[in-house]
Amino acid sequence: MTNTTVQVEPARGRQGSPWTGLWAVVGKEMADHLTSSRMLILELLTLLTASGTVFAAAQNLRETIGRDRFLLLRLFTTAREPLPAFVGFLGFLVPLIAIALAFDAVNGEFNRRTMSRLLAQPIYRDALLLGKFLAGLFTLALVLTTIWLLIVGIGIVSLGVPPSGEEVARGLFFLLLTVAYGGIWLSLGMVASVLFRQPATAALASIAVWLFFMVFWGIIAQMAALALRPVRLGLAEEILAQAKLELLLGRFSPNTLYSEAILAVLKPSIRSLGPVLPIQLQGAVFGSPLPLDQSLALIWPHLTGLSAATILLFALGYVLFQRKEIRA
Amino acid sequence: MRANDVVLVSQGLTKAYDGFVAVDQLDVTVRRGEVFGLLGPNGAGKTTTILMLLGLTEPTSGSVCVLGLDPARQPLSVKAQVGYLPERLGFYEGLTAYENLIYTAKLNGLNRDGAEHRIDRALREMGLDGAAHQRVRTFSRGMRQRLGLADVLLKEPRLVIMDEPTQGLDPHAAREFLDVIRRLRSEGITILLASHHLHQVQAVCDRVGLFHRGRMVLEGTVEALARQVLGGAYRIRIRADGPTASPAQEPWETSRNGGNALIDSLRKLDGVVDVRRVAPQIYELEAKADLRPEAARAVVGAGGELLSLDIEAPGLDEIYTHYFDQEEVAHDEHHRAS
Repeated sequence: MTNTTVQVEPARGRQGSPWTGLWAVVGKEMADHLTSSRMLILELLTLLTASGTVFAAAQNLRETIGRDRFLLLRLFTTAREPLPAFVGFLGFLVPLIAIALAFDAVNGEFNRRTMSRLLAQPIYRDALLLGKFLAGLFTLALVLTTIWLLIVGIGIVSLGVPPSGEEVARGLFFLLLTVAYGGIWLSLGMVASVLFRQPATAALASIAVWLFFMVFWGIIAQMAALALRPVRLGLAEEILAQAKLELLLGRFSPNTLYSEAILAVLKPSIRSLGPVLPIQLQGAVFGSPLPLDQSLALIWPHLTGLSAATILLFALGYVLFQRKEIRA
Repeated sequence: MRANDVVLVSQGLTKAYDGFVAVDQLDVTVRRGEVFGLLGPNGAGKTTTILMLLGLTEPTSGSVCVLGLDPARQPLSVKAQVGYLPERLGFYEGLTAYENLIYTAKLNGLNRDGAEHRIDRALREMGLDGAAHQRVRTFSRGMRQRLGLADVLLKEPRLVIMDEPTQGLDPHAAREFLDVIRRLRSEGITILLASHHLHQVQAVCDRVGLFHRGRMVLEGTVEALARQVLGGAYRIRIRADGPTASPAQEPWETSRNGGNALIDSLRKLDGVVDVRRVAPQIYELEAKADLRPEAARAVVGAGGELLSLDIEAPGLDEIYTHYFDQEEVAHDEHHRAS
């Protein structure tokens, strides 16, 4: 201060960037994640799943070498009794990993009594929350990428077929979708960690939401469609309207969005994710794959939906965290 | 008083949580280089006040100015220069002391080299250099408290705010910690201290403010408060044997009557407020001035034998108790009247 009077600057919103210290938080949190035994267990679990399902799929696929253009992608989607396909496993492994990374993000700092010391440093709460989210997302992406590379590697060795450019591109989109899907559960875990004081309660609440969407939402969507668009006369329009409503409601579940989207990316022969009328198939060559850009056009709304849900949940967590009293 | 010397000033600072007023119209000024004690029982509003000073909670009304800045609007600049040692101090238990401090240094935007230099110095200053690479899990309460202070000193603060710094420390560790506070003061760091351990902190505070139910009811140096609350009281403790008894009296009457003679002659001194016998041979004299020489003469003059003579400096505990006893009485009377 150059003058000698005590002057308080007029109120003009907050000074400084809300992201000051963001990368310090990201670095610390990622180091924590990557060295924690919790993460080690989840990595081992994922690794086991990946090698088991891919080994089984590779055995099945050996018979079709040379007949399928997208052999490598089939590694992810081929199931062999009694194991489901790798993508089926991912549908619940990813939420599990994401929730495990986030459920004690905020309440953990309170319980360790580090929160007040942390917020007494020159950073905003924004940086703390986003830093924790990004660290979780990067960790998730790191784990998934490693496993993805591993699967592709096993596939090339065991099938002896090099991947085509389109296969790699589709595979990468599959990876991106999986990370986006994880983002939702990561934000959900963080919201729970702001809401609940006890990490165990937060974990349980997040898992309850996940179970609800995984197990019950499909049934609820079906019942709601039956009730709201009943088939009275057996007309085609009625049946179609009911199916469309069920599909629409079903897509409110991230699980549905994710499984639809990865099927469209990994199985180029899938032409539509909704009901298809015979008239729409006129001129189509059955069994011929869609080009990559058409498959992407098909799943674009899904990717947007997954990202939007992540952002909405994060915003909710952000508002709750900003309002939280530091002493409690 | 130059404005530059004011480190912290609040005017009409108020914080209300749905109907409950935690801090009520607080006016406080802390000058550079002093140790200011914010004293009062638990729940008096000390921690809430501190959180407002740091911009961690928005005041309901009133203004705060810390180092010339508004903590609610410029929290980053305030928090870069103000160190905060919270009451419930926690660390990442699985990390070493050094790693914990590295995180703080990075959050303060220090680069690796600058951070290492400062961390080494802060740990050395707190006597923790031997334990730098031990996990915090193994630390004692006193070590944690010193690590907390190292964490605060890392940013080379101009003002350090401590919330109950001696809470839970054993007497030895508490005394050590108070020595550290004195050392910081001698280095020119301004310190704001909140505590309910009045007798512990009165030794290090230049000025104190007594908190009660969200209001600061008294403020000043300990001596000034003593004058204000205890009526300028000096308390003199006299050990004396009464005058030799006359033969007609029984021995058990001797001491009482002899004592009475002593009390009478002490009462006659100028400036004496009250004289009490608190135990056989021990008398307490409350006076408006230091009457030790006069009291000694009076005891001898009454034929007594003076064994010892002490003056007691009034403590904060006493001031506090005395003040709030009066307050309670006034409060009760007010209630009865209405």
